Amino acid sequence: MKPPAFTYHRPTTVTEALRTLAEVGPDGKVLAGGQSLVPVLNMRLAAPGHLVDINRLEELSYVRVSDSEVRVGALARHADTERDEAAFAAIPLLRQATAHVAHPAVRNRGTTVGSLAHADPAAELPAVLSLLSGSVVLASSSGRRTVGADDFFVGPLESAVRPDELAVEAVFPRPPARTGTAWLEISRRRGDYALCGVGALVTLDEDRRVVAARACFISVGPTPVLVDLTDAADWAEAGALAAAAVDPEDDIHATAAYRRHLVRVLTARACARAAEAVHE
Amino acid sequence: MSDHEVRLTVNGVPHTVRVPARRLLSDCLRHDLRLTGTHVGCEHGVCGACTVLVDGKPMRSCLLFAVTVDGASITTVEGCRAPDGGLGPVQQAFWDCHGLQCGFCTPGFITTITAFLQENPAPTEEEAREAIGGNLCRCTGYQNIVASVLRAAELMRSAPPPDPVSDPVSDPVDHELSFGVDGVSRDELHDQPSPGAGSRS
Repeated sequence: MKPPAFTYHRPTTVTEALRTLAEVGPDGKVLAGGQSLVPVLNMRLAAPGHLVDINRLEELSYVRVSDSEVRVGALARHADTERDEAAFAAIPLLRQATAHVAHPAVRNRGTTVGSLAHADPAAELPAVLSLLSGSVVLASSSGRRTVGADDFFVGPLESAVRPDELAVEAVFPRPPARTGTAWLEISRRRGDYALCGVGALVTLDEDRRVVAARACFISVGPTPVLVDLTDAADWAEAGALAAAAVDPEDDIHATAAYRRHLVRVLTARACARAAEAVHE
Repeated sequence: MSDHEVRLTVNGVPHTVRVPARRLLSDCLRHDLRLTGTHVGCEHGVCGACTVLVDGKPMRSCLLFAVTVDGASITTVEGCRAPDGGLGPVQQAFWDCHGLQCGFCTPGFITTITAFLQENPAPTEEEAREAIGGNLCRCTGYQNIVASVLRAAELMRSAPPPDPVSDPVSDPVDHELSFGVDGVSRDELHDQPSPGAGSRS
């Protein structure tokens, strides 16, 4: 359980980091918090020749809140995102979901953007980005591009980040007024990967009728599964719609049927909770 | 793949080591600095036994390369003792409440709880349970560990301890437990061959 040898790079500016990533190419890997990467290395599931440590890129250590969005830099730890009061006020879902990411000791080191780039189908933050129709800013030595959540999550543990690119920032748009959110998940033990997790987002009108309802699911597909539930007659029907829309698989942790059951139950609960969270 | 010079302040004592980039912080503490109080369980971030404080925040030392925390202040279980070298308040609470049996997981609990109580000096039982959610114990069933968290909070409220990070501990002898493999004297330890990178793999 020791990681394989690698050549270590510690750039101090983003420009230097991008130059190094371009030089090492597909044999390189970005080391941010390392809370997913280091276990993979320790278990010898990967053996990159070069690690590019971005932990000295202080310019990327920020959580910025504006009228339209929350921008999270690549070096913001989960704990930074979770605890930021302005970010919580703007998008409560960020804290609601991040609180379920592993344990405090992992959240103190792991990064929000790293979790997105890792694209684990059981991870919370990819579903939050999808639910909010957010995007990730990717930088390389030849420029920058912004990739929306729909195109960013390609498959299990596969995101749109190219070997010469660094995911420098995640952009989470603020939901419209009169919108409530909730995050619920079921795991065998607190902090374990969810057997099923759901983020719900519900927008109500002045008479508290549903204008929009969406939910995004983790651990029931290769990427986050986004389902529109606006047309459901009630939250029980929303649960049934969601259960019909997902296509989970059996694994050693749970059967597909059980995961589908969780989708149905958690959707109804999460949507009801999100609607309750809409303030007058 | 040359070695890297890494500067760490561990329990207030500055150290400089030369280690390969792949050296985990847990192994750096145990093998290079001979601070064997930090225990290594799963080595992939699940068990929490190797938890240390990095600049005051609990982190898994098995999921950090020593080189990436170059310049940091580290607090291990050895740094959680009282200024006079006796048991620190969290250690005393574990003693009082029978919060350990074999003791293997205990260092990770002690560091985790030390940081938690600085942030939340008067936790509820539920908060205490949540705080230790990332640490596995295979002996106790957790009841006595939860009781230990609440007892430690009591002890710390009655006599607030100095900040474990900034309080230097001059003699890095492992006072954490008086039995088990960590109870061997430093001389015995130095006579042993290095545990080596393959000892647990």
